[in-house]
Amino acid sequence: MSAYIDKIKEISNRLLKESKVDMVIGFRKGTVPMMNEPCFAKTPQDVDNFVWDGNCGINLANYLPNREEKIGIIAKGCDSRNIVTHIIENKIKRDQLVIIGVPCKAMIDRHKIETMFETEIQDVIEADDKIIVKGDGFEKTLNKSDVLQENCAICIHRNPVMHDEVVGDPVEEQKDVDRYEDVRKIEAMPPEEKWRYFDDLLSACVRCYACRNACPLCYCPTCFVDESRPQWVGKSQDPIDTRTFHFLRAYHCSGRCTDCGACERACPMGIKVRTFTKKLEKDCLDLFGWEAGMTLEERPPLDTYRPDDPDEFIE
Amino acid sequence: MKFIKIDRESWAKGLERLDDSFRLFGPVKQDTFHNFKKLYKGELPDLNLLNTRLSPKSVVYPQSEVMFEYTLDENKEDHHILKEIDKDYSPRAVIGIRPCDAKAFLVVKPNFDAPEYKDPYWIKSYEATTFVGYACDTPCSTCFCTTAGCGPFHEEGSDLLLVDTNDHYLIKVITEKGENFLSAAGWSAEVDADAASDRIETMRQAAEAKITSRVSTDELKDKNITDLFEASFWEETAFACINCGTCTYACPTCWCFDIQDETYGYSGIRMRNWDSCMYPLFTLHGSGHNPRDTKIQRVRQRFMHKFKYYVDKYENGIQCVGCGRCIRLCPVNIDIRRVCELMNSYGG
Amino acid sequence: MIEQSSIFNSKRGIKVQNPYLPYPVRIDEIITETEDKNLKTFKLVFINPDDEEKFTYKAGQFAELSVAGKGEIPIGIASSPTEKGFLMFTVNKVGLVTSYLHAMKAGDIMGIRGPMGNWYPWDIMEGKNVVIIGGGFAFTTLRSSIVYMLDPANRSKFNELHVIYGARTPGMLLYKDKLAEWEKRDDINMHITVDATDDPDWKYNIGFVPTITDQEAPPGDADTYAIVCGPPIMIKFTQPVLDKLNYSHDHIIMSLEMRMKCGIGICGRCNIGKEFVCKDGPVFTLDQLNMMPKEY
Repeated sequence: MSAYIDKIKEISNRLLKESKVDMVIGFRKGTVPMMNEPCFAKTPQDVDNFVWDGNCGINLANYLPNREEKIGIIAKGCDSRNIVTHIIENKIKRDQLVIIGVPCKAMIDRHKIETMFETEIQDVIEADDKIIVKGDGFEKTLNKSDVLQENCAICIHRNPVMHDEVVGDPVEEQKDVDRYEDVRKIEAMPPEEKWRYFDDLLSACVRCYACRNACPLCYCPTCFVDESRPQWVGKSQDPIDTRTFHFLRAYHCSGRCTDCGACERACPMGIKVRTFTKKLEKDCLDLFGWEAGMTLEERPPLDTYRPDDPDEFIE
Repeated sequence: MKFIKIDRESWAKGLERLDDSFRLFGPVKQDTFHNFKKLYKGELPDLNLLNTRLSPKSVVYPQSEVMFEYTLDENKEDHHILKEIDKDYSPRAVIGIRPCDAKAFLVVKPNFDAPEYKDPYWIKSYEATTFVGYACDTPCSTCFCTTAGCGPFHEEGSDLLLVDTNDHYLIKVITEKGENFLSAAGWSAEVDADAASDRIETMRQAAEAKITSRVSTDELKDKNITDLFEASFWEETAFACINCGTCTYACPTCWCFDIQDETYGYSGIRMRNWDSCMYPLFTLHGSGHNPRDTKIQRVRQRFMHKFKYYVDKYENGIQCVGCGRCIRLCPVNIDIRRVCELMNSYGG
Repeated sequence: MIEQSSIFNSKRGIKVQNPYLPYPVRIDEIITETEDKNLKTFKLVFINPDDEEKFTYKAGQFAELSVAGKGEIPIGIASSPTEKGFLMFTVNKVGLVTSYLHAMKAGDIMGIRGPMGNWYPWDIMEGKNVVIIGGGFAFTTLRSSIVYMLDPANRSKFNELHVIYGARTPGMLLYKDKLAEWEKRDDINMHITVDATDDPDWKYNIGFVPTITDQEAPPGDADTYAIVCGPPIMIKFTQPVLDKLNYSHDHIIMSLEMRMKCGIGICGRCNIGKEFVCKDGPVFTLDQLNMMPKEY
C-alpha cells in the first residue's frame, strides 16, 4: 500500500493545479506510533506531507458534511460508501467531490498492538504483510493478518464503490467471510447473560462522544443527547442514560452504517462500540436485503416508504 | 529531610492498617489499562504501569457529583427548596499518583479556591486527600513534564514521594499530612537522609534525561492576546478535530463542568457533571446565539485557555503538566506539543 | 450532617456559605411586561428575612434564578438596592427554565443565588453626566440604575441624567409605569422611542435607538459616561454614533451576556479571553472589550 502514496500525491497535485478542487483531504504523519492525522492540502507543499499506510483507519468522509468547497477526498471502500450515504442524505453534493479511490488492504488495530506489549511502543513499521514493533528494550515482528482492525478482518467491500480517480488496481474482495459470528454469539445468550454482557461492555464509558463524533453518519446539528426540550437523556454517567445513548445512536445509524470502525478506533476507553451497530447491520441485511452506501440509486430502507410495504402497523 | 524504607511485606501490612482510617485509591488494571479505583481491604495498588488511562482527578472531583437534593411534593415541608446532602469527606489517600497528576491539582486549585468564591465540594475533597506520589523512572515519549512545570520526580502536590528501588520502596516525606499517613500505616523504618537523598537525586536525573519531548512556553506571557487569537495557524490546527470530549476528560488540568437537575417522580437532585469546551452546547445562549459555534473557535479556545488565558489570569505557569494523555488518546492525533510551539513562536 | 444555612470551614478557618446553594424565595407578583407576553417581571421575596441582608447588591449585578427540577438562569437584577423588601427580575421566555418560570404563579417557591458579577462603576461616575442607552429587554439593569440614581439619597451625586430607551413597538417597552413617572421629572431627560407604531396617541419619539442617540445624546467628554445595553444589532449601530459624538472608549460602559452555569467563575464556560463574564464582568468598558478576543 505504500505504492499508493505516490499516486495519491500525483493525483492531488494535478487536481489542485487544474483547480478541479479547492482542497484535498487526506492524512499526514502522526506524532505517535500507529496514528495519522487528517489534514487538508491546498499547495504542493501540503500534498508532500500526505501519507498512506495501515494507520489510515479514520473515516475521512466525516469531514465532508456541510462543506461548501470543491473537495478531493481520499476514500477507502468503507469511506466511499459513507460518501454515497452523504450524497443521498444531502450533506454534500456529488459535483463538489473528486473521489480519489483507494483499494484498501486493511488497517491495523493499534489498540490491539498496544496491549500486546508491557512497555511503551516507540515505532511501528509496516513491511508488506509484516508489522515490526519497536519499543523500550524490545523489537518484535508480527503478521499483519493477526493484528488487523476487527472490521477490516471481515470486510467484503474493500474497493471503493464510487470514485473519480483511483490509486491502484482493485484488490480481491474477501469471500466466504462470516460477518456476524460475534453477533450470533451474543444473540444466543440468555437474557441475564446478555444484560450483564452489555453492562460490562459499557461500564467504562465516560460519555466523551468520541464514537459519535468520529462517525460520519452523526452530523445532526443538535444530537439527541444534547436536546433540552424535552431532555431525552441525562448527562451523568448513570448506566441507564449511558445505555440509552449507545442503543439509540446505533438505531440512528442502522441501515446507514458501513462498519468503517471509526467509532471503535476513536474510543479512548477501548469499548467495542461496533457490537451495537453490527447487530443492526445484520438485521437490515436479513430483513431488507440491504447494505448501506452501495449505490446512489436507492435510499436506505429505514427512510423509505413504499405503498406495498408488508408491515401493517404503518397504515 | 526524612526518608522511610518500606519492604514489600511492610507495604502490604501498612496498607491494610491504613484501610481502617483512610479510603484508599490506587491504580487498578481494568481489562487492558489502569485507572484509579477504590481499593478494597487487602488490595494492593498495581504500580506496574506507566500511567493510568484517565487522570486521578476523579478522586477529588468526580465526573458526576450530587450537590443538592429537593422534593417537588407540595405536601412536604421545604418543597422546592434545595437542600445540601450528606457528603463523606473522611480521609482518603491516592496511592501511586504520578508527579504530573499531583502537580495538576495545584494547577487546578486557583480555580476552585479563589479569594472571592470557594467551591466547597472540591476544596473539602482535596483537603481530605493525602497524595502518595509515585516517581517516574521510565517516562514515555509523549511525556513533556519537565518543560510543563513539573517532572518525573517532582514533589509539588504530593505529600509523600514513593520511589521504587526495585527491591524496596523509598519514601521521601514532603508534608505533615504525609507524616501522619506514615504513622497511620506504621511505616517507620527511617534511613540515612543523605544517602537516600543522593540516591533519589541520581534516579531523578536519569529519569529526566530520558524525557525526549519538550515544549517552549517562555514567550507565551508576552504575546498579545488578540494577535494569538487571530493567528492564521488555527485553521489547519483545528481541521482534524472532531470535537469529542476525550482530551478534556482525560486531562488532569481541565475542570469545566455543567450543572443539571434530574427529577424522578417528586424527588430530585442537582448535580454537576464534567463538561467540555469542545461541545457546541457549551456556549449556546438561550436566544440561539453561540459565540463558539464553529469547530475552529472551540479548538482555539481550548489551546488559548491552556497556554494564554490561564497564564495571564493566574500567574501560575501553563495549564498543562505534560502528562501526554491527550496526545495518546486523541482519536485524530492533534498534538498539544505542536500547538504550544506554534503559539509560543507566533509572530517571530 | 450539613445544615441548610451552610457554613463550612476552609483551611484558613473562614466561614463561607456554599456559593451553589440558593436562598429560598417566594414569587410575590408576576407582571406581564410586553404585549407579546414573552417578558414577565417577577417580584421575589426572601423566605428567610436574614437572607435579604446577605443579598446586598449594587445596580448592574445579576443573580442566578434557580427553579428546583429545571435549572438556573442568570438574570440582571431589575430592582434597585434602594427598593427594599423584594427583588425584581424581568425574564424573557427563551428556553427550558424560562418557559417553566413563565408558567409559575404568585406564591410559588424558587431560589436565588447572588448577587453576582461586578456593577456599573458608580464611584467613578459620581459628579459626572450619565447617559443611559438601552434597547429592547436589555433594559433591566438600567432600570435598577435609574431608580438608584433618582433616589433622593443619590440624585445629588450625579450631574445630568439622560435616558434613551427604545423598543420595537410601544407594547414592547418595559416598565411603562416607571417610564411615565420619569418622563414627568425635571431632573432626568427621557428620550423614549419605538421603531414604529400606528398609535396616533404616541407622544414620544419614533426611530431606532442609534438615530435618537445621534439626535439627543449630549456630546462625549471627560465628564460624561454612557452606559449601553442592548441587542447586538443595536450596539453595532450605536457605536459609530458614540464615536461621532466623541465618547472615548473608556467612558462607554457595557454589560454583556453569556451562557452561564455556576455564575461564580468556576465552571469555566462564560469566558471571553481570560475574563469570566460572570465574575470579572458582566460590566466592561469598551476599552476593555477592545483588548479582549472578539468571541461574544
